[in-house]
Amino acid sequence: MLSLARGHVPSGAVAEEVVQDAWIGVLRGIGKFECRSSFRTWLFRIVVNRAISAGIRERRSVPVDDMEPVVDASRFDAGGTWRVPPEPWTDQADDKMIAAKISARILCAIDDLPPRQKEVVTLRDVQGISSEEVCAVLDISQANQRVLLHRGRGRLRQVVESEFGGTR
Amino acid sequence: MIGVRPRPRKNLVCWQSVELVTDYLEGALSQAQRRRLEAHLTSCRDCPEYLAQIRATIALTGGITPGDLTPQMRDEFIGLYRRWRADEEHGIP
Repeated sequence: MLSLARGHVPSGAVAEEVVQDAWIGVLRGIGKFECRSSFRTWLFRIVVNRAISAGIRERRSVPVDDMEPVVDASRFDAGGTWRVPPEPWTDQADDKMIAAKISARILCAIDDLPPRQKEVVTLRDVQGISSEEVCAVLDISQANQRVLLHRGRGRLRQVVESEFGGTR
Repeated sequence: MIGVRPRPRKNLVCWQSVELVTDYLEGALSQAQRRRLEAHLTSCRDCPEYLAQIRATIALTGGITPGDLTPQMRDEFIGLYRRWRADEEHGIP
């Protein structure tokens, strides 16, 4: 939740205040909670709302933070076919020790993602929340959510690839 | 001229296929788009590897335990959740 709040406010201290404030909101609002959405959606929604009302960032339009392709254009030839194809590494990721190391590296990489991608990837792929819930929590469209997820996952794949010593 | 002229559909190339991967995994492609992508995946040597890597990346990301809750926040959350559950069980709306 702290990372969710951090997407909206500039400093960790403010984010902590936002989360604390959200807890108070949760406790006050617990009687008003209805089962229209899952408890988790409701909880995350409160955190996001508090972060927004902390006044730092305008929520409405969600810019896609960067429009770079998920794979560098130089890795394709003029016809759009792989020139430098992905080197296989998925077998290595079956090793639990290696997977743990790579997961730790992914955690750092998520932190470096542009804020909107970070939110969507954290909620979808770290917390395992459905796309419907994520759209409800962040108040974004399905299409917008998919673009952010696509950029974020693409970036994380690049990070894993470079960890395995493949082409950047 | 009568009749519908079938529009010539160019096959997908690799960079296009890469950009469709998330929509594919999210089930957001139209049937025609999905067929085009799957046709590319069966004929391309490298794009199935890319798809496998995205799936593996998602799995690795899902293996992360979020470390952003302090023990205090975790206790607060657990307390909150128990209260909520208790209210649920006692039928409080």
